[in-house]
Amino acid sequence: MVNWIQQALFLGTLIVATWIIFKRFKFIKRNILLGKKGIDKDKIGGWKTTLLLAFGQKKMFDKPLVGIMHLIIYIGFVLINIEVLEIVIDGITGSHRVFSSYLGSFYPFLINFFEILALGVLVSCVLFLTRRNILNISRFKKPEMKGWPTKDANIILIWEVALMLALFTMNATDSILQNRFAESSYVASHYPRVGTFAISQFFIPIFSGLDTSALIIVERVAWWVHIIGILSFAVYITFSKHLHIFLAFPNSYFAKSSSVGKMQNMDAVTKEVKIMLGMQQDDGQTPQEVETFGAKDIFDLSWKNLMDAYSCTECGRCTAVCPANITGKKLSPRKIMMDTRDRVEEVGKKIDQKKEGYKEENILYGNYISKEELMACTTCNACVEACPVSIDPLDIILQLRRYIAMEESGTPPAWNAMFTNIENNAAPWAFAPTERFKWSEDLSQDN
Amino acid sequence: MTMQVPTIAEMKAKGENPEILFWVGCAGSFDDRYKRVTIAFIKILNKIGVKFAVLGPEESCTGDPARRAGNEFLFQMQALSNIQLLNSYEVKKIVTACPHCFNTIKNEYPELGGNYDVVHHSSYLKELIASGKLKVKGGEFKGKKITYHDSCYLGRANNIYEAPRDLIEALDADLVEMKRCKTKGLCCGAGGAQMFKDAESGEKEVNIERIEEAIDTKAEVVAAGCPFCMTMLSDGVKNKEKENSVKVLDLAELIAISESL
Repeated sequence: MVNWIQQALFLGTLIVATWIIFKRFKFIKRNILLGKKGIDKDKIGGWKTTLLLAFGQKKMFDKPLVGIMHLIIYIGFVLINIEVLEIVIDGITGSHRVFSSYLGSFYPFLINFFEILALGVLVSCVLFLTRRNILNISRFKKPEMKGWPTKDANIILIWEVALMLALFTMNATDSILQNRFAESSYVASHYPRVGTFAISQFFIPIFSGLDTSALIIVERVAWWVHIIGILSFAVYITFSKHLHIFLAFPNSYFAKSSSVGKMQNMDAVTKEVKIMLGMQQDDGQTPQEVETFGAKDIFDLSWKNLMDAYSCTECGRCTAVCPANITGKKLSPRKIMMDTRDRVEEVGKKIDQKKEGYKEENILYGNYISKEELMACTTCNACVEACPVSIDPLDIILQLRRYIAMEESGTPPAWNAMFTNIENNAAPWAFAPTERFKWSEDLSQDN
Repeated sequence: MTMQVPTIAEMKAKGENPEILFWVGCAGSFDDRYKRVTIAFIKILNKIGVKFAVLGPEESCTGDPARRAGNEFLFQMQALSNIQLLNSYEVKKIVTACPHCFNTIKNEYPELGGNYDVVHHSSYLKELIASGKLKVKGGEFKGKKITYHDSCYLGRANNIYEAPRDLIEALDADLVEMKRCKTKGLCCGAGGAQMFKDAESGEKEVNIERIEEAIDTKAEVVAAGCPFCMTMLSDGVKNKEKENSVKVLDLAELIAISESL
């Protein structure tokens, strides 16, 4: 193919991909900011948790074998992208292996290193596919994983396998072409003689029987498949559960650093209660419009809750340790996050389509997340502890519970009785406050 | 020995200040099983001769179950009046045998104006042993298999994993761990106000799942440090008809029994 056509096509593809990614990025950012403001900057994990959890993937190593495979894919993803830079420059300028002329003997070393990583990525992805589809791991088979979520996970893994195979094909055919420099000036000038590479050399026998023009076609196709694969993968992940590769970083940065046992105080309530108890004078100001007590929809949640939802990659470690889920209740912390994201996406689309009534229709509580799920939570924090990227499903659950209790008066009768007991007897049980100190009399009888 | 249980009101009337306030909690005051834990802890406090007091009839629910059930108004009513009371007595240090009270007073009262040094009884007992104020020999628990069930509000919520285990080891007992322990510990099923309602429908009760794991360790004693865990684990043992071979005991009880207090 004539070079300038390839260059033009490449530039066009690059612009389109970048444009879509940019649009999606804006869409997601706008959606996250539909949540409430007000994150206490003093009470976040900051760079420490970012380094430990996102860069260091500390919690992934709770399962050491999976942790190592995940780390290989992660390092592969980050480092192989250096090669993508070369591909992009080659694509735009029409050069080939542009870095080789600058890096000299370091160049083959670099490519060898990438290839070894690529093999690691390939093997890890194949093992992950096996684990998901053949081994019977219950967290991958939960009801919320039916249909699209399972497909989504497989598509991503297969995509990565295909990308790595394209890389090897590209390098193998390239290596053969390097040695056919005598056949034409195009081959001689276009395929610098950088040698064979660590892994792709084993693919050479597959292609060595092809004549030079066929080889050039295979090499070009593999090159295009590889780069289009990468670009479309980048576009795809913005529509999939796979955004954790970016959002894990800000999400760990903004993770709560105070004790996880602490619930967020509702300051609007404090003021009213203080006036009620006579601890503060009513300043006569009409209280600032308190929208709702607790949360019924994404607009009542914080932007961190919504970023949590976009960061979730549906691994299900939270659900696998949830006492309610383990014992067969409907609650699944992963589903809470998936529901929140689905609702945010729905609202985002409706806003873009200028549809009315999106705030009232199909709200999170009741349509996505049921009361039964919310009531089953023991607030044990196991889900929070298990999440490798600092997602807090419990925070969402508790905010929805506040709505049920304070706006809907919808708590179960047994809880209403507990509330009444606390109000009347100062204890959650129906004992008279005068009985509270009776145990001390038992003690004197004891002796 | 006559047991002293001074109330802070009495103490203040005499112009004295307690070194610690023992926050008994609702379960410690009303629940027949947990009253025995309260008494065990009182015996230890008397033995070491620390100047302590209780609120007695003035004590009130911290509001934890109301808050976890979503009723923020009721929680804050409780919290603000408790803080008013505690501050009026100029309380500095609070010790409690309930991880829910512990978590609430320690982490949630400060932003409502209640700032105290709050200690769970397991950490307090550990300090006493470390400083030599309390000597334990182990007594009947020497060499016995004991497993410890982590309370969520002590463990994950407040990172207290070692103090309870140190106490068991101080008894010269054989501490055995369940498969899910420490940060991975499985909840007893009662947190988040579940104590006060039936569980949603499912395949199993959480406390049964947990007690099976405890029984699997072949421990003779399941140690706990929380009134709700105590109830759930004891019910689990009953359900499995293991009352004769497995005992559920609080950490303070272990010490009181081993020292024949």
